[in-house]
Amino acid sequence: MALPPPDPQFVLRGTSAAVHALRFSCGGPEPDIPLLFSGSENGFIHVWNLKTHRVDTTLDGHGRKSVYCVETMGAKDRLLSQGRDQRICLWDLAEGRTSVTDSVFTEHVGFCRCSLFKVAQGRWLMATAATSLEEVQILELPSKTSVCTLKPEVGAKLGMPMCLKLWQLRCGSQPVLLAGYEDGSVVLWNVSMGKALSQLVCHQEPVMSLDFDSEKAKGISGSSEKVLSIWSLNEQQNLQVYKTHELVNAGISDITIRPDKKILATAGWDHRIRIFGWKKLKPLAVLDYHTATVHCVSFSDHSDPQERLLAAGSKDQRISVWSIYAQT
Amino acid sequence: VCFIPGGLDCSISFVSHVLGKVCAHGRQKEILGVLVPRLTDLSRSDCIWQRICWQLVERVPDRWMEAVVLGFVQRAPGADVLSRLLGNVVVKNKKAEFVVTQKMLLLQYGHTTAVLQNLLGYLSLDSPRRTLLLRVLQELLETWSSSSAVKHSPAEQQLYISKAILICLSHLKEPEVESCRQELLTSMMEGVKCHLDSSLPQLRRLGMVVAESISLKINTEGPVLKFEYEEDDEIRELKSLLVQTPSFCVVSSLPDDDRSEKAGAALPLVPESNEESHTAAPVMPEEESDTELDSDDDFIPYDMSEDKELKVKAPVYIRDCIEVLTGSRSEDVDKWEATVKALESLVRKNPTATKEVSVELAKILLHLEEKTYIEGFVELRQRTQVAVLTTDPIPVAKYLTSQFYSLNYSLRQRMDILDVLVLAAQELSHPKFHGKTKHSGSQKPCIQLLPGSDSSEGWRRIVDERIKSKTRRFDRAQSRAELASHPNEFNSVAGYFFFPLIQHFDRPLTTFDLLGEDHLVLGRLVHTLAILMYLAVNTVAVTAMGKALLEFVWALRFHTDSYVRQGLLSCISSLLLSVPVERILADMTEELLETHSWLGDVVEKDPDGDCRRLALQNLLLMENLKKKLEAVPS
Repeated sequence: MALPPPDPQFVLRGTSAAVHALRFSCGGPEPDIPLLFSGSENGFIHVWNLKTHRVDTTLDGHGRKSVYCVETMGAKDRLLSQGRDQRICLWDLAEGRTSVTDSVFTEHVGFCRCSLFKVAQGRWLMATAATSLEEVQILELPSKTSVCTLKPEVGAKLGMPMCLKLWQLRCGSQPVLLAGYEDGSVVLWNVSMGKALSQLVCHQEPVMSLDFDSEKAKGISGSSEKVLSIWSLNEQQNLQVYKTHELVNAGISDITIRPDKKILATAGWDHRIRIFGWKKLKPLAVLDYHTATVHCVSFSDHSDPQERLLAAGSKDQRISVWSIYAQT
Repeated sequence: VCFIPGGLDCSISFVSHVLGKVCAHGRQKEILGVLVPRLTDLSRSDCIWQRICWQLVERVPDRWMEAVVLGFVQRAPGADVLSRLLGNVVVKNKKAEFVVTQKMLLLQYGHTTAVLQNLLGYLSLDSPRRTLLLRVLQELLETWSSSSAVKHSPAEQQLYISKAILICLSHLKEPEVESCRQELLTSMMEGVKCHLDSSLPQLRRLGMVVAESISLKINTEGPVLKFEYEEDDEIRELKSLLVQTPSFCVVSSLPDDDRSEKAGAALPLVPESNEESHTAAPVMPEEESDTELDSDDDFIPYDMSEDKELKVKAPVYIRDCIEVLTGSRSEDVDKWEATVKALESLVRKNPTATKEVSVELAKILLHLEEKTYIEGFVELRQRTQVAVLTTDPIPVAKYLTSQFYSLNYSLRQRMDILDVLVLAAQELSHPKFHGKTKHSGSQKPCIQLLPGSDSSEGWRRIVDERIKSKTRRFDRAQSRAELASHPNEFNSVAGYFFFPLIQHFDRPLTTFDLLGEDHLVLGRLVHTLAILMYLAVNTVAVTAMGKALLEFVWALRFHTDSYVRQGLLSCISSLLLSVPVERILADMTEELLETHSWLGDVVEKDPDGDCRRLALQNLLLMENLKKKLEAVPS
């Protein structure tokens, strides 16, 4: 006799606009307050205090254009945000400041979220879609120097890059990039050499979001169709389809795997959040709270497993926060 | 001068005379049945026999030339054989020329396609005859493109001429096409206009096929004319005439060249090969999952039975539906679509609620445009309109019939009104057959209903009447079980459907002139009236309807459009079947007699085959009525 799905632990209201991006910052030791950063369609980034469930700070740095990506850079004092004003802003939030320390003008007019990867203390690689339609450029932060530009070969017709993920096979090896494109294929790029290692057609429609488990060399991608595609990377650095899973309703906006690699969450156009087990993609729960498309999901980085949370932001302007499968 | 092996001098003209006289007396079959194969064999390789043959034909006296030439053309097994047998008689003899180029092509139309092929192939095989071929083509095109010919000549003749045109086109060579390109283009433009204007679908299709073929001929590169039509056997046969199977003639005909060029021109798609891309072949590492510790089992899934497909809910109340359909919010197309799909059943389930807003609903539905693609939208809309009309017949019928004659509606909308009226009338008069009204799949259910139904019903009735009149009945008991009867709901509203439609047909509006250009709508109107008349059997208003209909038919009986005339004859059939005999005789005697003589005229003189058939049926119906009256003991 299965239990009915749980209700959200709490719901954050007050953004007055659809929520497009979420990022937790709860890893700090006490007495640090656990925070949740959210990016909204009205251009504001809200910093939510997870103890009081209220907005502590509001950041306005994108000229009222929608913010669709929010990333923390190490500590919670450093924030990166990407907006539809074609800019990526770096924020310094220490000691109550709310200033933009630096910004990168990407000239990208799409919705592709950038991907950050820490290579060394204080040094980051960032992958972002570039000016030209099919290209991805890799920049080093904070120096903002361009490492390389990844161009698909002529006639490949991949379309725009839709989602990116930078990762590293082993500590110290070269970072690689997984990019999902408009034509439904996922390409593995070697960043230092700037060439594609493998390409796999996963979907018939654009890849909306992807996530990758570097330990198991397995990844998952969601699209605007009804199918979730799980693929793996073999020793020769080739992508192969491992399995597909058909959903009840079409359309996935976001996928994220929990940091302990045990479960994953998908944000659907049918207003529902679905939880799956990562090992065999066993459906675990369908969380039906929102009344409009869920745009983003994010797991928290609490050090205490019992406190782990899942947040989902939706077009109905609310952020639901859930505590689910936190015991194991 | 003629010579025969052996040196004997003899004259063939005697044989020609005999041949001519025999053929003229109608014995072509017997004599040519023997002569033609023999001559074919003899002249196959022997030039002398060929010359003898030509002389034979040329010496036939003029008064019998027609019979002989006709016989040869009909019996020759192929164009080349005909060429061997007849030689250039068409060039040398005026009568032969007349028969071949004028009589057989333009004045007669009963010959088979094979005969046409023979004739035109024969003309194309030799250069002195090719000028005749071009002249023939011009005259055929003139006939094809003349609007009076299209309107007044029978369909079979038009088919014959179209076939002849296509065969001529297939024989034309490139330089000849060049020389008459301009004329071909002009006649094609005129002809296609006349054909498309016709109300009979068969004639329209004929026009389209011929126009396409002409366009293909004169524009070998660049865009050609292409119509959309359904291909049936007749069309396929026509199109096959364009391609000539090359016989032994030297120059292979152009259409074959064209076709092979087009086949080779399809560019092969260059496949984009990326050696690093893989096809989606699933790899199932079975062994791994067994050995790995299955820690997924630690997670107990929650109840997911609520997880169903997301469906947009349609409104449950009719007034809500009206709001959605008239709302200016264009974003919620899902809701609009769900409403359109659900509206018919809502209307049928809530008759009282529908009656409150029936006219408004009818108005909305009449103007409803397809905002987003829905499969079967036209039929959905029509069914919903029928549902509204049957739920509240009188006000909605008043509204629809008034809109039929209003300004600023498209022809499509006016014809939709007629279709809806007919379907609703049918439903009202057979309430238990509600489920059987036209099924999905056919986009325009009414078109099948309109022309066909009456004639088939009429036949059955005629046969039944005949049987009844010929069997002697010894008692008046019911001869067959009557079907379970329901009150005929059409009874009370038949008048509202019928009379407003008939009222203003002769009053033209700025955008709508039934008696002028819009004769297609007039044809549909007439057929609609016929069906309404037929469905009004046993209603109180039937006699009044009958009288009005007779007057209407009388006013239009000489209309030039055959579709309209067919409709008028169906009206008479319906009238004779629906109005009780006593009432016909009591109120409409003179009109009936006048109609009787008109029908006789139609049977003999109308160019359209269907019209003649319908008129004949009507005369038979009238005969049966007379007999029935005589059979009733006074």
